[in-house]
Amino acid sequence: MLLSYLPLLIIALFGAGAFYASRARISAAPQRSLPGLPGHYGWYGTLWTVVPATLVYAAWTIIDDRVIRNVVLSDFPDLSGAAATLLYVSIENAAAGVMTDDVPMASVELLLHLENLSAAARFALVTAVSVLGFFWGWRRIRPELTARDRVETALLVALFIASIIAILTTVGIVLSLVVETFRFFQLVSPFEFFFGLEWSPQIALREDQVAASGAFGAVPVFAGTLLITVIAMLVAGPIGLMSAIYLAEYAHPRVRAVIKPLLEILAGIPTVVYGFFAALVLAPSMRNLGVDLGLTISSESALAAGLIMGIMIIPFVSSLSDDIMTAVPMSLREGSYGLGATASETIKRVILPAATPGIVGGFMLAISRAIGETMIVVMAAGLAANLTANPFEAVTTVTVQIATLLVGDHEFDSEKTMAAFALGLTLFIVTLALNVVALRVVQKYSERYE
Amino acid sequence: MSSYAATTISSQAAANRLLLRRKRAERRFQLYGILAISAALGFLVVFLASIVSRGYMGFVQTEVRLTVDFDQELIEAGSYRKMLRTSLSELFPNAGSSRAERRTLARLVSAGTVFVLRETVEADPAIIGTVEDVWVLASDPVDQFYKGRIDAALPEEERPISDASLARIAALEAAGRIDLRFNRSFFTRGDSRNPEEAGILAAIVGSALALLVTVVLSFPVGVMTAVYLEAFAPKNRITRLIEININNLAAVPSIVFGLLGLAVFLNVFGLPRSAPISGGLVLSLMTLPTIIISSRAAIRAVPPSFAEAAIGLGASRVQAIFHHVLPAAAPGTLTGAIIGMARALGETAPLLMMGMVAFVVEVPGGFTDPSTVLPAQVYLWADSPERGFAEKTAAATIVLLGFLLVMNGLAVYLRRKFEKQW
Repeated sequence: MLLSYLPLLIIALFGAGAFYASRARISAAPQRSLPGLPGHYGWYGTLWTVVPATLVYAAWTIIDDRVIRNVVLSDFPDLSGAAATLLYVSIENAAAGVMTDDVPMASVELLLHLENLSAAARFALVTAVSVLGFFWGWRRIRPELTARDRVETALLVALFIASIIAILTTVGIVLSLVVETFRFFQLVSPFEFFFGLEWSPQIALREDQVAASGAFGAVPVFAGTLLITVIAMLVAGPIGLMSAIYLAEYAHPRVRAVIKPLLEILAGIPTVVYGFFAALVLAPSMRNLGVDLGLTISSESALAAGLIMGIMIIPFVSSLSDDIMTAVPMSLREGSYGLGATASETIKRVILPAATPGIVGGFMLAISRAIGETMIVVMAAGLAANLTANPFEAVTTVTVQIATLLVGDHEFDSEKTMAAFALGLTLFIVTLALNVVALRVVQKYSERYE
Repeated sequence: MSSYAATTISSQAAANRLLLRRKRAERRFQLYGILAISAALGFLVVFLASIVSRGYMGFVQTEVRLTVDFDQELIEAGSYRKMLRTSLSELFPNAGSSRAERRTLARLVSAGTVFVLRETVEADPAIIGTVEDVWVLASDPVDQFYKGRIDAALPEEERPISDASLARIAALEAAGRIDLRFNRSFFTRGDSRNPEEAGILAAIVGSALALLVTVVLSFPVGVMTAVYLEAFAPKNRITRLIEININNLAAVPSIVFGLLGLAVFLNVFGLPRSAPISGGLVLSLMTLPTIIISSRAAIRAVPPSFAEAAIGLGASRVQAIFHHVLPAAAPGTLTGAIIGMARALGETAPLLMMGMVAFVVEVPGGFTDPSTVLPAQVYLWADSPERGFAEKTAAATIVLLGFLLVMNGLAVYLRRKFEKQW
């Protein structure tokens, strides 16, 4: 354990040493005007010491597990795939001191031996690279060296690499979703997935079941998502829009300064807390209310989940609509008032039409938020895929299915888990499209009044 | 609406009526606005009140004072169970000695009491051979009854507590041996199958570890990206691509980040499941856009004259940005980071995929230990059927909301304190 972190400590120590050594070297040089501060020369030395050694450390750490695995498993040429993985995991466990039966002790010893060897070799290599880098950099510390430029270039490269991570994240998301979805569509036809009316993925888990058994028709799942989103928007739309109108047009600035953050608390409450409230407080009381009224309301009704989700997204509607309406030029209002209109007539006939594109954009962002929301529906909506438009029945959503299909599943090759990725890709594309369109609409709108 | 325009105003009286109607419409419209805001805020109040009213009892726990004879022979034999049984049957001498009766008697106190007694002895061996009063946790049904959540008027079969136990509770109460005390174990233990013993320490430590990973990764990378995009990036296609990317990442549903983590971090890179390191990685990717966007805004708010003055005095662009602009933007950057962390703290969905919704008893000691996080603990307990867990769920929620309140309060305070108009 110590041996695995020791190289990093060595790198840090040598890096610090390189800084002071290089700075001392340049300070001792007989020249007054340098192309950089002494500190720049120090950093130059540090970079040469630290960067190559760290890269070596990272590369070794990433590669050595696989190499060791291949060497250990080369004793068992007839094993492959899951069986090999299973064996290797039990060998690893035995090496870590967990007692398991039926583990070839020779392999365990080989593993331990290789691990020790690898750690020692890594330590030696990292130290060597670090020392070499130290002397390489130190030797180059001369008054002619344009240290500031070089260090700053290195820094800019680091900044650029940091900003690439955002792109890498997107690439990672798209790749992981697309690869799994592609594998899924080799087993289940896309036509069946997008237009099939029956969703029961758990059945396909059984060995005797053929994957293309008609169990992967996602229409009920999409319909359930739509139903809950519609209910949520029926709550959040009017409440959010009217709140925004009041805050933007009627409220005293001081009232607005208090109410607006209070409304935004609604968006800051963790969704698991909403889910808890929906499942344990709202749903039971709604069911009891239904009994009193002679209605059958399922305890996992779409209505409960939709209502709570609607409340959660009120701030998404109200904040953006508020901003948009505040941005409508004062001259439009004044013109309307000048013609004798009341405030409400001005809002309804002048402000709202002018702000419509922006408000639509806000609604679209809220819808995308509602579609992607997970915890509320996981806790308050159902698991069974009912194709219904009755808000009192239980429906399921895309996010619920993704969560339930993947939780607690260690094997990763069944149609079930791949189906979750196909749903994930659909979700990603829909929310992305909503978001791109919404951002564009809002941007177009704000250009109009600039 | 359009009828106003079409109305021919024939007389002064008609005009007045129309004006009255329009003024009423105005008041009505304004009322709708007030109603909408009241509905939203009213829900907030009901919501918080319902959680607090369900949860505040979770911070106290019914405890029973037992008089235990720490007999040396029993301790050496390791039969703490017998020690507990003796102590209970001394309290209720006529409880009967059949196996079933002894079991109902033992069910007054928590199933973990035996281990508590052992821990007491191990912590203070001097206690051996003495007779001491020990406060131990009551079992869940006793606790719920004592807190008034079980109706004693129900027939015996319909409540989880027997008539005999009710009589014993009354006897304990008369002797001053049962009381509500501050629930220390809620803050000092991990999860448990027994609601009375379940605590949130493991979840809090798990959350702290995951957030540490998140902040260590996403804060530097986020600020570096923001600096690059605001101060150095050339206006070209790659820069545009990065910008669009970041804006869209901010709107990707959090569960999709979970899918990424599952496919890439767990399956390709082979990081451990249920570990703070993997969960923290996913959370940091999710938080990154928030931090970048707010840091960019903070950097943009610093007047260009800061950098220009430094450059005029001979500083390089890097020096101007890092020595003058970035420190001036620090409060805004920090505020954004805290808000991003608060969001990461409340996030559950991606961690569901990373296996961090788990039954964790041991407090995790490192970044690769199995652990869970606070919102995941809420989710787990909300699913548990035992009555005692409903209260724990709400109590854990209060703790979670408390943490969020502190973090957001800190962000608001920082913003107020350091907000400058240049």
